[in-house]
Amino acid sequence: MDSLSRRRFLKITGASIAAATAVTSLNSVVKGAKTIEEKNGSVVKGIQKIPTYCDLCFWKCGAIAYVDNGKLWKIEGNPIDPLSNGRLCPRGTGGVGASFDNERLKTPLIRKSVRGEDQWVKATWDEALDLIANKMKKIKTNYGPESLAFFSHGIGGNFLKHTFKAYGTNNITAPSFAQCRGPREIGFELTFGDVVGSPERTDIKNTKCLVLLGSHLGENMHNTQVQEFADAVGAGATVIVVDPRFSVAASKAKHYLPIKPGTDIALLLSWMNVLVTEGLYDKDYVEKYGFGFEQFAAEIQEYTPEWAYTRTGIEPAVIRETAREMGKNKPATLVHPGRHATWYGDDAQRARSVALLNALLGSWGRKGGFYTPYKFGLPGYPYPEYPKPEREPADNPGKKYPFAEGELLSTGLREATITGNPYPIKGWFVYATNLMQALPNQQETIKAIQNLDLLVVVDVVPSEIAGWADVILPEATYLERYDDISDSPFKEGFIALRQPAIDPPHDQKPNWWIAKKLADKLGLSNYFPWKNVEEYLDTRLKSAGLSLNEFKKTGIIKRPPKPIYFEDGVQPFFWTQSGKIEFYSLKLKEHGFDPVPKFTAPEEPPAGFFRLLYGRSPVHTFSKTQTNPILNDMMSENEVWVNADIAGRYGVKNGQYIKLKNSDGVISNKVKVKVTERIRTDCVYMVHGFGQTSIRNRKTYLKGASDAQLVTKYKMDPLMGGTGMNVNFVTFEMEV
Amino acid sequence: MHELTTTRHNHLIDPVLHVWGWEIPVYLFLGGMVAGMMIISGYFLFKGKTKNTDCSCFLAPLISIVLLSLGMFALFLDLEHKLYVWRLYTTFEITSPMSWGAWILLLVYPALIANIIIRFPDKLSDRFPKLKELSNKFAGKYFLIKNIGIINMMLGAMLGMYTGVLLSTLAARPLWNTSILWLLFLTSGLSGAAAFIHMIAKDVEERELLAKADNGFLTIEIFVIALMLIGLLTSTEVHKDAATLLISGSFAPVFWVFVVGLGIIIPLFIQLLAVNHKIKHTPLAPVFVILGGLILRFVIVQAGQVSHYINAHF
Amino acid sequence: MSRFGMAIDTVRCVGCMDCVVACKTENKVPEGFNRDWITEEAFGNFPNIQLEIRTERCNHCEEAPCVDCCPTGASHYHDTGGVVLVNHNECIGCKACVASCPYDARFIHPDGYADKCTFCIHRVEKGEDPACVSVCPTHCMTFGDLDDPNSKISKLVKSRKWHVLKPEAGTKPHIYYLT
Repeated sequence: MDSLSRRRFLKITGASIAAATAVTSLNSVVKGAKTIEEKNGSVVKGIQKIPTYCDLCFWKCGAIAYVDNGKLWKIEGNPIDPLSNGRLCPRGTGGVGASFDNERLKTPLIRKSVRGEDQWVKATWDEALDLIANKMKKIKTNYGPESLAFFSHGIGGNFLKHTFKAYGTNNITAPSFAQCRGPREIGFELTFGDVVGSPERTDIKNTKCLVLLGSHLGENMHNTQVQEFADAVGAGATVIVVDPRFSVAASKAKHYLPIKPGTDIALLLSWMNVLVTEGLYDKDYVEKYGFGFEQFAAEIQEYTPEWAYTRTGIEPAVIRETAREMGKNKPATLVHPGRHATWYGDDAQRARSVALLNALLGSWGRKGGFYTPYKFGLPGYPYPEYPKPEREPADNPGKKYPFAEGELLSTGLREATITGNPYPIKGWFVYATNLMQALPNQQETIKAIQNLDLLVVVDVVPSEIAGWADVILPEATYLERYDDISDSPFKEGFIALRQPAIDPPHDQKPNWWIAKKLADKLGLSNYFPWKNVEEYLDTRLKSAGLSLNEFKKTGIIKRPPKPIYFEDGVQPFFWTQSGKIEFYSLKLKEHGFDPVPKFTAPEEPPAGFFRLLYGRSPVHTFSKTQTNPILNDMMSENEVWVNADIAGRYGVKNGQYIKLKNSDGVISNKVKVKVTERIRTDCVYMVHGFGQTSIRNRKTYLKGASDAQLVTKYKMDPLMGGTGMNVNFVTFEMEV
Repeated sequence: MHELTTTRHNHLIDPVLHVWGWEIPVYLFLGGMVAGMMIISGYFLFKGKTKNTDCSCFLAPLISIVLLSLGMFALFLDLEHKLYVWRLYTTFEITSPMSWGAWILLLVYPALIANIIIRFPDKLSDRFPKLKELSNKFAGKYFLIKNIGIINMMLGAMLGMYTGVLLSTLAARPLWNTSILWLLFLTSGLSGAAAFIHMIAKDVEERELLAKADNGFLTIEIFVIALMLIGLLTSTEVHKDAATLLISGSFAPVFWVFVVGLGIIIPLFIQLLAVNHKIKHTPLAPVFVILGGLILRFVIVQAGQVSHYINAHF
Repeated sequence: MSRFGMAIDTVRCVGCMDCVVACKTENKVPEGFNRDWITEEAFGNFPNIQLEIRTERCNHCEEAPCVDCCPTGASHYHDTGGVVLVNHNECIGCKACVASCPYDARFIHPDGYADKCTFCIHRVEKGEDPACVSVCPTHCMTFGDLDDPNSKISKLVKSRKWHVLKPEAGTKPHIYYLT
């Protein structure tokens, strides 16, 4: 083992690698990558087309990787895949860049000095995993297995999740709940007894009236949704966009409502008021499936468009007109539930308002509204039973957030790590999620990390969280590995296969290999009865009468079609307390919450400050794609959008670099200003995921500003513990 | 408000075109000087003016060969695919001024050499007897000499015009896209050439003659510049924007001070005094004229690249 | 005879840059260069804004200034479809074509020659769509033969409102933006 300075680390993560350690690949200076055949001494001539599914976001589109004379070339959508319909989104199309990325992690690394100082010793896989296993065993002995938390994002975490369940912990979480979709799922579950899920069960393609609240389809590139959005727009559907920013979607809208940030519930209540008052709602539907409509109708009586106008800034006439438009097109009116829903801390109730509005329009379960998805339903692997954890998960002690159900709160586990309550968390194992950008308030994350005995990060690139790790494990990209089978709920049931198109170029390993090897070292080999992942996949497929060899050729296997709308024979079923759509929620009442949503005005920005809003770029996913050379070439830094009048008043020029300072005094990295008419005067906007601080990623280091850094305040959703993050205010710092 | 944004970020193109650096202006300037000198010496040959024109008719063409070669070297340096330069001479592209230029340049050299040989000075005959011998063969063949003079004038005019046409056919750049640019470059070339000979000529009469000629060229140049700007200002929006770059935009200080002020008006004033024998001839004026001509090419090439049909903001 | 062109539906286009990415991988366009790109043009004042989003590239003009000004004939009209192409080993890299294009669609490839969109002629001659068209998630691009009155593109151009870019430059561009 040789020691490494930061400079040398740069070299390692760069184009070359020393062949000092045993496992390190000898043919390591690789541009592009090698095929399996090349390793065996022969390259397949010509072009190979290898079906797989994408990993650039979590939509999991079916794709076909092209390998040209053994070199990875390009990737396209798989024509038989119902999610992509043969067309990937820009991130997916640029996915090959993940493999070409010369800043990838290439070998396991063990921390050499103080945590966070980024000094490393190169290690073999055996050394790294031995170290991890020993520390994990110690944590188990001293604190119990639940004191190890597993943070992951995406299907790639499945095998590791299995290892950790076998180890005995139930503290398994993903920031995609409390920092993203959580409030939406809870709001819908409280209303319809079911979640929206991913992919969203939104029938955008057939909708006649699409209402988007802050959802910026087109900038947010969840593939099927954008394809269907274009189809709906092309077919002349009425689009109503509610957004403080004139988004791309707004440019396609018949009605653009420039709402005051944080007042969506007022608008939603007022729309419902109009629908009920004017009798435009789906009366049969409500009567048949609704519960508590009378109380609901009585409560919303006061929320007239005039009432809403003073709160939202939307003209009463516009509120009426748009409500009538929705009523006219019902039930094919889709009020989109959004995805990243953690905005103001009242998010579950806002989601519930969206659900209620859809319920009034009768769109749940109907064509052009919310279809009823179904899965292929491939049986799982017959694993032995996991040990039963002795303690409840640590994320939500005393059920403080009564509706935090189904998934754990990542921020709750962080809190437990800081306080030691309800019990100490001593180890974090982080898979493919950059917690520095994913969780609000970076200082709290750093504080939690200081309390750990072990922090392991598995990633493809040296992400910011990897900089804090004790051990970094380099993972093969999705183009270089098998993963678990994708079996998503959708309009048609289908399964998709991820298989390697090429070999990992260096000493990176697929997650299944890491999971199995770690389990071996932990003495949990009995939980991995399969020899290799092909055997695992084949076993699962055989249980459904399929085979891996066949699956490898097509990449997609579909079930015969089934009805997905009520009108086509889907039996309506609501898993709520009343078994009906709950316009009035007894469950919420029972826990002391509003049974019908109420509006509370958001906090106003102090003078000279602007609300910080953030969103997505079509070419990046969170903070995980910025090092991809192809996608970095598309967008290498973000901009802060500033209203033209405000810019004039503050003397800020288009293209000028400024810094942002939030109300807690945190100052961002310098960021380019986009002076524009396309945003309100009381807020600024930027794309999430930039301003990264990992010095080892030269392409992303301090490029643009990080919204996550400025999100020092967050407002907890009292229902389910989501972290509302649009509650920070910033001002301009001209000195850069 | 009108907001235009693009995601394009091509090297040498964005945010504004800047494909041509110092090489092209230098080439255009030297080409213009050579063109001017060819016209002047060709004129003297044509006129049979053999007295007091040694500098114009021997030194100038000789120096022209050096200057033109330097100019072509600058042009070569600008090429991005240098090894393929020979491709210029495998074809003639009638719509391409650059192709015209390539072939004109090929004809310019023999014309210059012929010019030099006709007026090969006696004092060098001992050192280069063969050349003197050749020169003597021309002696008395007035018809041939006249025609060589015409050829020099014609090729000089073509060369001088071409340096302007080269830019003005690039219609995408409104500043260049004026059909008067060739005249500007031609008069500027002539004034530069006259100034240059004025500066190096030993003969008083020759010096006097060329200073007077230069005054004429400079006066015409002022009018041409004025007409060019008027032409642009009375054209489309993008052409107006282009003229504004010179008149009051980012190129205005250099344009007014160095091109018009120090490059034309002040030397014109000095030379007017000199030819009227108010002051002695000074090399200062011709140096200003020559530098003014060089800076003119820089300003036109750079500002032309900035002028644009689409103004994308970044 | 055929005359290739593109009709781009700005109503559908969301400016996601998939076309740009696809071009890069298909044609191995070097890092830092674009053969196609997205332009957003907004008029008006908040909140009354008109926004047009366009995917742009070489317009494969009928009267291409880049072909006219090329001193070696490297820039030429291809026999099929009048596509404007560059022969790499005839190009001397003089950059006149780059300066001549009102759309700034050309650039100098790091290897020295002028480069730009080829309409993916290597794909088109095999009967496929250009990479950008084939990948577009919004199906906003239609590629085809404008001389064939029965082609999808001819029908679109006939039935929809459209504009081209910089018609005043007189280049007769062949990319139609449907509005």
